[in-house]
Amino acid sequence: MAPTVPTAAKSASPSQPSGKSEVADLKQQLRQLAGSRAPDADDQRRDVFKRVISCMTAGIDVSAAFGEMVMCSATSDVVTKKMCYLYVGAHARAHPDLALLTINFLQRDCRDQDPTIRGLALRSLCSLRVPNLVEYLVTPLTTGLKDPSAYVRMIAAVGAAKLYHISATACLDADLPASLKALMLSDPDAQVVANCLHALQEIWTLEAANSESAAREIERHYIASQLYFTLLNRIKEFSEWAQCTVLELASKFLPSDNNEIFDIMNLLEDRLQHANGAVVLATIKVFLHLTMSMTDVHQQVYERIKAPLLTLVGAGSPEQSYSVLCHLHLLVMRAPMLFSSDYKSFYCQFSDPSYVKKLKLEMLTAIANESNTYEIVTELCEYAGNVDVPIARESIRAVGKIALQQYDVNAIVDRLLQFLEMDKDYVTAETLVLVKDLLRKYPQWSHDCIAVVGNISSKNIQEPKGKAALIWMLGEYSQDMHDAPYILEGLVENWDEEHSPEVRLHLLTAVMKCFFKRPPETQKALGATLAAGISDTHQDVHDRALFYYRLLQYDPSVAERVVNPPKQAVSVFADMQSSEMKDRIFDEFNSLSVPSYLFTDKDHRGPFEYSEDLTNLTVGAEDPENVISAQRYQENDNDLLLSTSDKEDNGTRVSNGSSTSSYNAPSDLISPSLLSSQPPAESALMTTGVPTSSSLSNFGLDDLLGLGVTEAPAPRPPPALTLNSKPVLDPGTFQRKWGQLALSLSQECSLSPQGAAALMNPQSLIRHMQGNYIQCIASGGQPPNYKFFFYAQKDGVTAFFLVECIINTASAKAQLKIKADDGTAAEAFSTLFQSALSKFGLS
Amino acid sequence: MISQFFVLSQRGDHIVFRDYRGEVPKGSAEIFFRKVKFWNDDEAEEAPPVFDFGYPQTTSTEVLKSYIFNEPIMVDAGRLPPLGPAAMFMQGTKRMPGTAVTKSVVATEPGGKKREEIFVDIIERISVTFSSSGYILTSEIDGTIQMKSYLSGNPEIRLALNEDLSIGRTGSSTFDYRSSSGGGTVVLDDCNFHESVHLDSFDIDRTLSLIPPDGEFPVMNYRMTQEFKPPFRVTALIEEAGPSRAEVLLKIRADFSANVTANTITVQMPVPSYTMRASFELEAGAVGQTTDFKEGSRRLEWNLKKAIAFTVLTYFFISQLQRILLCNIFYVLLWNAGNLTKEAGPVNMNFTIPMYNASKLQVRYLQIAKKSKTYNPYRWVRYVTQANSYVARL
Repeated sequence: MAPTVPTAAKSASPSQPSGKSEVADLKQQLRQLAGSRAPDADDQRRDVFKRVISCMTAGIDVSAAFGEMVMCSATSDVVTKKMCYLYVGAHARAHPDLALLTINFLQRDCRDQDPTIRGLALRSLCSLRVPNLVEYLVTPLTTGLKDPSAYVRMIAAVGAAKLYHISATACLDADLPASLKALMLSDPDAQVVANCLHALQEIWTLEAANSESAAREIERHYIASQLYFTLLNRIKEFSEWAQCTVLELASKFLPSDNNEIFDIMNLLEDRLQHANGAVVLATIKVFLHLTMSMTDVHQQVYERIKAPLLTLVGAGSPEQSYSVLCHLHLLVMRAPMLFSSDYKSFYCQFSDPSYVKKLKLEMLTAIANESNTYEIVTELCEYAGNVDVPIARESIRAVGKIALQQYDVNAIVDRLLQFLEMDKDYVTAETLVLVKDLLRKYPQWSHDCIAVVGNISSKNIQEPKGKAALIWMLGEYSQDMHDAPYILEGLVENWDEEHSPEVRLHLLTAVMKCFFKRPPETQKALGATLAAGISDTHQDVHDRALFYYRLLQYDPSVAERVVNPPKQAVSVFADMQSSEMKDRIFDEFNSLSVPSYLFTDKDHRGPFEYSEDLTNLTVGAEDPENVISAQRYQENDNDLLLSTSDKEDNGTRVSNGSSTSSYNAPSDLISPSLLSSQPPAESALMTTGVPTSSSLSNFGLDDLLGLGVTEAPAPRPPPALTLNSKPVLDPGTFQRKWGQLALSLSQECSLSPQGAAALMNPQSLIRHMQGNYIQCIASGGQPPNYKFFFYAQKDGVTAFFLVECIINTASAKAQLKIKADDGTAAEAFSTLFQSALSKFGLS
Repeated sequence: MISQFFVLSQRGDHIVFRDYRGEVPKGSAEIFFRKVKFWNDDEAEEAPPVFDFGYPQTTSTEVLKSYIFNEPIMVDAGRLPPLGPAAMFMQGTKRMPGTAVTKSVVATEPGGKKREEIFVDIIERISVTFSSSGYILTSEIDGTIQMKSYLSGNPEIRLALNEDLSIGRTGSSTFDYRSSSGGGTVVLDDCNFHESVHLDSFDIDRTLSLIPPDGEFPVMNYRMTQEFKPPFRVTALIEEAGPSRAEVLLKIRADFSANVTANTITVQMPVPSYTMRASFELEAGAVGQTTDFKEGSRRLEWNLKKAIAFTVLTYFFISQLQRILLCNIFYVLLWNAGNLTKEAGPVNMNFTIPMYNASKLQVRYLQIAKKSKTYNPYRWVRYVTQANSYVARL
């Protein structure tokens, strides 16, 4: 053992005597006292020893005086002996040769009449930690284990473990483990039993690790229920520490039948009322582990342990509450249902520190269900105005998470939208992120949300996450937000002031999306965006801009499919923790893993995220040459969009730091394949003010450029047949259906002259029809002939209507071909379609 | 088990260092120390031999004490931060034998003779949340029966609680307010007990018997969510009063009997961040009250040294009056005023009420096993209620 603080540092402090001279002085005095028979020699020795010991505990190296100390050790004074033992124990290892000198008097003391001296001597003897003195240890230990005094037996039991650490063979040859076990099962003194248990556990654990035969042997000890019942029957006699050890052991017990389980649980029932949190948690662990195979009893255990846990949370210091709360958190996460009626216990209190509040918020989120969502969300909304900003943020996120997992979405959406009215920048930012996630899961709420979100000025949002979410919504719902192209344009103008690459990436994508939905209004902005993006210093932004540019150049319709594929609502967001992790932590209930889990899970998530990236990588790498295949493209892109947004989601929830890098990974993977297949063309882009115009010529939109969209969408007619407002059909399915279905109706109808004139911009017809819940899946043609493919879905059923509509603007005539899943409704749909068409351009 | 044991000075020097197992590599402790800040600064003597090979041999403070031979160095009580729940008794109130509690375990009277006494403190921390309309949303009591014994010879003690005390709420859901409001019976949700407590007769007559170890320890911790009468009713109102001005009305009604006084009351209320100034209007005749607007944290603070329930004696009953305080805040409105309530509040209150307990849990008697006829130690049973989270929403 070594004092870890250097002597030099010590001597600098005025309160401490300078090390070196002090030790020399002490040595001198000890030497004088060694042979002294003066009447006050004992008192003097005691004083000098005291000084030596105080130097030692202060960290001064007093090992130089070892010889002198041993010389003085022959004394009958207990206090002096005790100090001498302490000194010898601390320094013997550094002076094995001198330690031999002490053996003699220690062995003699082991046979002393006074049990205190016997015990102390035995303890010191075992603490010498000198391997070549082992032979002197065995006999005193064996007799010590049979000593009439419990104090000596107690020391001998631990001594056996010490011996094992110095020399395992010496310990096993003397058959000490067997003696220990016998003592453990029979000794009247609880502390002796506890020490035997400690020693045996150490010996068995190490033995089992050494050889397999020993492991099997030891396994037999652990299986014997006699061991458990002997210890558990006496549990009240043990000190709190020993109780915890016994309980920890009991949690490993494999009961042979259910009666044994109930016996143990009845035996330990009152331990749940213990004031010591460690004992209660250890008992709970026993209960939980014993009942793992009995589902209903396991649930009853949860019910039973709730109250004691909550009492512990309330009784201790915040730190103790926190660690109990962490265990409660673990249980809540495993069985949220069982805690759903206790939600009020998890309300944050004003005096709670933030780390406690954060845990409580997580638990509230987990236990929300039909019966308590309203109350919980109401409570959480109160926290949103909290002065503690991180907690306010957490609360808003909690509301969002409940909305994503829960039932009463309608009310929650209202609450979220109310947050936006609070006009606190962080509240707005957090809410926007949540509204975005909500829309991805529940697209049907877009109308309500978009109306509110549209009123938010992007200038008021500083936080990248919130801004990115707003931009995503602007892009995704640009057809519903009147100002979307202009807001985006404004954002693009401030490109250089936008510091977050995440926002710039979102801006790129949003402008692309908006362009395909409202080309004339966005075209200018798109050019500016791509130019800005390509000259961006951030690699990912640069790559994505280049990727979009080339995609447009290659084929705008492919680009549209890549950027604006039909969206499927996200049903499940990536889970926070794998259940495997949770199980592993549950196995380590009542250990440091439980509280630290909250800190380490970030590290654990790291590799998982990485593996996700790897799968993307293989998808991207499979077809680097196959860039032409549009179908593949779309697959890739779906992957890309999904994975990016999922990751982004993870990032929002957990860490802000790592999300950016993982977020960009997929686009990195795709762009190199493009780069290799096509030479870069930045220079051309830089010089042409509107770089996209040339690439768009084959899309048939040239003639539309410069046309303003002044027409407002026509008011909706009251439909006879109700259509689904948000049908989802991807082009592939459309094509297949069109091939499979028979023609239900073929008709010719006429357009109003205004309508024909308005068709100068085919997009306006598409928007008009969308207003009537009829979606366009493809369009094309040159004046005067346009061709559109529409589809619609009957509300409530899966039946689709597919329409081919060829319009001649010169004659103001339209030819309709309608195919329907449900042929009987084709007639009604045709009427609906024609009435919608005839109203085009009239308003 | 414990491998190494350190007691360090504030600078990080070792005052006491013990290596019980000799298995931790040198320097690993230093890595730990570098990450930890130290606050301990006590004079410690030799680490008592309660650990053997890292295993604690006892967890009883009584046994521990016998290992300590040095005379304790008395530390000036004023220098020490208050420790433990009983610390609240140290707040200068003349009505309690407050000084006794801060005494060292080795209590000696001026004459040098040990004074035989025992303190039983019923300490309750209450949490109440009032809705904006003044209803109680949640309420909870976390209570402790704390004992501090200076009795020589550790006699057995019997502590009797309310006879009608019941434990464990029968209803399926907690926070069920229908049951027994103010009906006298005390229903605890749950409780736990100190090791030394024997519960043999607890189920029959609600008596705890124990042989108290020396020093301070919690006999029993309990938790109660049964409805109780909160000591203060708090209502808060914030209203626009002009284009750039709002008025806050805080009403606190002391709802306890006349022989009880609450002290060190603090009421805090966060106000919107754009608040410029605040001015206050106290009720006429208010004494010992201060008000403040903390600009840094945007908070209104109202401190009352004391709150006595105003009592008016009429023929046959004692009624409590309200103490009302008006504060007017001036502030500049930047955005629409509809969010006032969302940006201000909630009102939070802190107080201590000695000799009052909200749960109505009582110590019926405290019996000490007699050693001789003349043996009659001092017994102190004290109650105190403290706010844990006392919040009124706007």
